[in-house]
Amino acid sequence: MRVLQQVLAVTWLNLRNLPQRIGSSVVAVIGVAAVVLVFAAVLSMAKGFERTMISAGSDDTAIIMRDGATSELTSGLSYEQVLIVGDAPGVLKDGDDSVISAELYVVVDVKKKTSNTDANVPFRGIQAGAFDVRKDVRLAAGRMFDAGKNEIIVGRSAQQEFAGLDTGSTIRFGQNEWTIVGMFEAGGSVSESELWTDVRVLQGAYRRGNSFQSVRVKLQSEDSLDILKAALEQDPRIDSDVMTEKEYYSGQAEGLSKFIKIIGYPLTILMSIGAVFGALNSMYSSVSVRGKEIATLRALGFGPSSILISTMVESTLLALIGGLLGGATAYLVFNGFQVSTLNGPSFSQVVFDFAVTGDLLVDGLCAALIIGAFGGLLPAIRAARLPVAQALREL
Amino acid sequence: MKYFRLIWSNAWRKKIRTFLTVLSVFVAFLLFALLSAIGFAFRGGVDVADAERLIIINKVSLINPLPISYMSRVAATEGVEAVTHASWFGGYYQDPRNQFGQFPVDPQSYFDMYPEFVIPEEQFEAFKRNRTGAVVGKELAESYGWKVGDRIPIQATIWSRIDGSRVWEFDLEGIFSNDDPRSSTAIMLFQYDYFEEAREFGKGTAGWYVLRVAKGADPVQVANAIDLQFANSPSETKTSTEAAFAQSFTKQFGNIALIVTLILGAVFFTLLLVSGNTMSQSVRERISELAVLKTLGFDDRTVLGVVLSESILIMLLGGLLGLGVGWAVVQGLTKQLGAFLPGIFLSPGAIAGGIGMMIGAGILAGIFPALKAMRLSIIDALARA
Repeated sequence: MRVLQQVLAVTWLNLRNLPQRIGSSVVAVIGVAAVVLVFAAVLSMAKGFERTMISAGSDDTAIIMRDGATSELTSGLSYEQVLIVGDAPGVLKDGDDSVISAELYVVVDVKKKTSNTDANVPFRGIQAGAFDVRKDVRLAAGRMFDAGKNEIIVGRSAQQEFAGLDTGSTIRFGQNEWTIVGMFEAGGSVSESELWTDVRVLQGAYRRGNSFQSVRVKLQSEDSLDILKAALEQDPRIDSDVMTEKEYYSGQAEGLSKFIKIIGYPLTILMSIGAVFGALNSMYSSVSVRGKEIATLRALGFGPSSILISTMVESTLLALIGGLLGGATAYLVFNGFQVSTLNGPSFSQVVFDFAVTGDLLVDGLCAALIIGAFGGLLPAIRAARLPVAQALREL
Repeated sequence: MKYFRLIWSNAWRKKIRTFLTVLSVFVAFLLFALLSAIGFAFRGGVDVADAERLIIINKVSLINPLPISYMSRVAATEGVEAVTHASWFGGYYQDPRNQFGQFPVDPQSYFDMYPEFVIPEEQFEAFKRNRTGAVVGKELAESYGWKVGDRIPIQATIWSRIDGSRVWEFDLEGIFSNDDPRSSTAIMLFQYDYFEEAREFGKGTAGWYVLRVAKGADPVQVANAIDLQFANSPSETKTSTEAAFAQSFTKQFGNIALIVTLILGAVFFTLLLVSGNTMSQSVRERISELAVLKTLGFDDRTVLGVVLSESILIMLLGGLLGLGVGWAVVQGLTKQLGAFLPGIFLSPGAIAGGIGMMIGAGILAGIFPALKAMRLSIIDALARA
């Protein structure tokens, strides 16, 4: 108990005279804040991107593409193959009809609002079943396109990010003029980055004959995937890859989110090392300034452990303040910040928001505490070992 | 310079503190080096673009091909000296993760268009003779350990062969290099004729054209003339300079540059605080010493210079070390990961900028303590001590 009392007393003393050492303390705090800020900002990009990609996929929707295709863009299926998929076992039926959507995926150049430069925007031809095979997709403004007409509905994110996609306006791609008749929402997922039209119209406009690139099917249950897979594998008329939509989008997200993490983590570690030096500096000067004070305390009978612990507490507390500051700044500045980038596999833009999530902030605070502990340890040991007589003589 | 010893021993007055400051400056400039090198990769070759070369793509999007018949029509356009074409193959080697650029090209006109690609004459002749031949860049060959004579199977993701298979086999006939360290050669080239003959669909098209503007011709006029020529056809074109093309591609990645700048900003702000704090602390502690210097006859300006130089010295010490290690790391990464992370390069401009920043940061961090030292009145300072 005595030790605890001593620790509390010394810590309280330390904290009360912190204002006298405000310069170096503020430096330590800002150093840690910068680490947490950069960490949260960079990784919130990966988080937001993953969330956008993965929330698009569900486990009871399967996507069928040509074997070996790395994305919808590189896949190709014939009309006959689409029919085979529709008749395959495991596919959910609505009355006599299978719940499927055979789709075409092309890329068009549309200007980005922020930079006014061309961006590869995904343009998808869909069938009526598209709204049934996807979850959470709903028309939010305007109306649905009419079959057979050059009419487009645009995703909410696409409308926000790219120029000239307001409901009611017309846009020209090559020889064709299109009217934007509606806007849809898809729970903030990657579908919202896309433009949708009738697949038949898109086939004509892009001279794709009667070919498609992917088929999405609603599965009877999550277990039906294996049944569907087995049936299509045995069918010699079709050479396809079958996976859940969720698997597909996770795969599409992998490259970019890995890239961000490969940069983000080492960056944080390097910056943390820098911040540890900052904290060490600050704590060393705190100890050296308080040399006489510490020696006096020791002479009065305070033990070395209470000096050690109180110095550690001070350092950790400063780091914690820095961590909270950095985390809060990251949240205020970056959370919800919308960007769009080119995702390699589909060679098209994905619009997403930075997501400064709770677990990112917790990780950031942990990093801050570690920095504080490392920054405090050596100075604390020095403080505890301070030769009392010599330090007093320096008075 | 004659004060160097004085500055040096001043700097190391408190060894631990200076050491820690130098280390945090070191870390900051290591980060700076790495981020600039990655930033360079994102600029996507804008810096090495040839001003005489124009790229023609389909106006709708780069993924839409253009008729191969455009080749002769472009060649016949006034102000065009030479033209070649390439297409996107989009395959991989063994594993889908091993992706790199593969382009079916017309060998002679392609290598004429890109004189920076250097290949031994006999290898080039062999490549032209072999219908299923291929050449790869040095970086790629090193990454996969390929040698001339190897047979390389490439798995196609788009292009099926007429026989239904999607594995294309190529004989490696040559390895080309590019002396410019800023450019990546992580690509594979093979014969368009073979590609055209064996692909199942898409016949009669090429992905994009590259042309060289004749001496004295205005690139903008040539570009406009070409786009006008194909206007209102089913395949309209968009012609831009190589730099503009690279830039528009880079812009597609979005605000990466902004993010890198933000990070660097945060790093430098912190760095400045740490070192500024150290400097003002050390001046505060040395007031009596500085007063003694002045008593000995050092004038105000020399005292200012001595304190300021100390701050700059600490920055340069840590910063040059950081840039040096960063440079070594980038060299290592290029060697190891050339095919996966093409185009990372620490440019001389970035190095110069870094050194400039060291000096700038040193001045900013040291100026206030230095001014304080300069304005010191001897009597007050000595009395305080």
